[in-house]
Amino acid sequence: MSLRNIGIVYRKELTEALRDKRTLITTFLVPLLVIPVMGTGFTAVMSAVIGNAKKEKPKVMIVGGTDSPGVVAALQQYPKINVIRTTDDWKHKVVEKEIRAAVEIPEGFEKNVSEGQGGTLKIDVYGGEIKSEFAAGNIESYLKEYRDGMVAKRLEAHSLPANLLRPFQVKKESLASPEKQAGAILGGIIAYTLILMCLNGAMHPAIDLTAGEKERGTMETILSSPVPRTHLVLGKFLLVLTASLTTAMLLMVSVEVSTTVLQKSHALEQMTEEGEPAPQLTLGPAAIASVIIMAVPLSVLFSAGLITIALFAKSHKEAQSYIAPLMFLVVIPAVAAMLPGVDLTPKLAIVPLLNVSLLCKELVTGEYHWNYIALIFASTCVYAAGALFLAVKMFQRESVLFRS
Amino acid sequence: MIEALNLCKRFQDKKRGEVRAVDGVSFTCRPGEIYGLLGANGAGKTTTLRMLATILEPTEGTARLCGHDVVEHPERVRANCGFLSTATALYPRLTAQEMVEYFGKLNGLDSATLKKRIDEIFDRLDMNDFRDRRCDKLSTGMKQKTSIARTLVHDPPVMIFDEPTLGLDIMTTRTIIEFIRECRERQKTVIFSTHVMREVEKLCDIVGIIQGGKLLAEGTLEQLRQRHGENDLEEIFVKIVSPHYGVQETV
Repeated sequence: MSLRNIGIVYRKELTEALRDKRTLITTFLVPLLVIPVMGTGFTAVMSAVIGNAKKEKPKVMIVGGTDSPGVVAALQQYPKINVIRTTDDWKHKVVEKEIRAAVEIPEGFEKNVSEGQGGTLKIDVYGGEIKSEFAAGNIESYLKEYRDGMVAKRLEAHSLPANLLRPFQVKKESLASPEKQAGAILGGIIAYTLILMCLNGAMHPAIDLTAGEKERGTMETILSSPVPRTHLVLGKFLLVLTASLTTAMLLMVSVEVSTTVLQKSHALEQMTEEGEPAPQLTLGPAAIASVIIMAVPLSVLFSAGLITIALFAKSHKEAQSYIAPLMFLVVIPAVAAMLPGVDLTPKLAIVPLLNVSLLCKELVTGEYHWNYIALIFASTCVYAAGALFLAVKMFQRESVLFRS
Repeated sequence: MIEALNLCKRFQDKKRGEVRAVDGVSFTCRPGEIYGLLGANGAGKTTTLRMLATILEPTEGTARLCGHDVVEHPERVRANCGFLSTATALYPRLTAQEMVEYFGKLNGLDSATLKKRIDEIFDRLDMNDFRDRRCDKLSTGMKQKTSIARTLVHDPPVMIFDEPTLGLDIMTTRTIIEFIRECRERQKTVIFSTHVMREVEKLCDIVGIIQGGKLLAEGTLEQLRQRHGENDLEEIFVKIVSPHYGVQETV
């Protein structure tokens, strides 16, 4: 094994790659932009939408209630809604989003309530529409307060203690630090983009250095040099790996910068309920370093795998059509890892890609289960070595190199 | 020196089954001689030369270049030969000089020797004007010169040309023909394939006529003329090849 030869091939491929616009774009530009565009753009839109929904004073109609002036008056006094004159087509208006919600008061509601017969107030909402849900949610909690007030008055009238109907309180407190709560969401997104970027960064160079060489007619040229084919393919592999790892590293830089900016912009605080702590989205340097280390065997796997596949193709286009379906295949475990409830188990720790995705989620939340880390790193290394072996073997086969 | 010893190459083809692209070809080319492999398209010229250049491995038989066996020591064979064909293109994103340098390094030249060799070749082929121009920006003639420089950089004793003039204009073709002659003058062993009779008449010391993967006739031009009672090479070629034409399809 001559490192000198591999080095010569690698340096030449590097020179060519740095002169190739498409490689430069996929390696440098895409990973730097994907998070700001996807992440910041998404959060900005979300916080704008939620902010708007919170700011808006929703139009609400009260249907019926002529014989229940108490409830009607209470609703009209509620400052978070704007009660407008009721029309006959109120249901239609909710559906058409002209009004956000409507409160239906049945006939004789207050009379029935005071006689202890009960009754139901119905809130008409356009489910799934954020502004409508907001309005309805506010009305619901306001009406519950109104009911509690009524209960308190009744107890007082009978000289009973106020806590008779509520002998104890229930309170929920999250012990996860804000960092971890955010990490659970962020970790999934990072794992997903990391896998995509490692693949994306390797894809174009892998095609360019194999099918691209065949298409341009340089394959026969390079095969006529005295360098053994194993050295050629290893030099090529190292370049593809470099591109893939550069992409992964730039992605993590971009994640760090974007989350810091996001944190400073207070965009997240708008998304959370008042009084709740805003999620902490910054990653520690340890988390970033460990994600990058996990990216190494992943990149080896992708680089070698893509070279193996692209070698079969005779042209850039043909190679792309082989690899496009692979993108979907790779995305499935990455998305699966984002689902709540999918956690690391010894079995899942040897499922390629899914294991790295799940581990990234853990790493970002600051959890370091060393046995899992070792198992996943090792199993990914095994897959990667297998893929590299296959790539080297493929490069020796005439039927692959000279497919016609 | 090239010695082809019963070279065979068989492919598996989905439609045609087993294809014998080259079927027991043996010949010898000596230093200072040009051996011309003459044949129609699909006769087995390219496959034969690719086996000599160790780009393909023979299914049976072998060949020796300067004493090195193509099956046993393909790397040594490649270090001793320059291979040029219309399929050996240049790297578009490298400059002419980088291209030649790359192959010099792959051939194990140290930087001092490499620099000397490159200056010498670039002067000789009059390539200094486009030294630092990228290969994709070169004209066909410039590209061909760069390819020649690429095959010459390690000064190999054996030169293999696979239809080197295919699709080239007259001026570029002349450059190549001149270059092949020069190789002979420098006592290199030269083999080249073509289906152009004129090139054979102009250049070759020995002609081998190949069809259906088999070497049907071999000899100097004069010997072939006497043997077949014809003066025109084209007539000789047709006479030899006709009985075998289409044989490959029926196998």
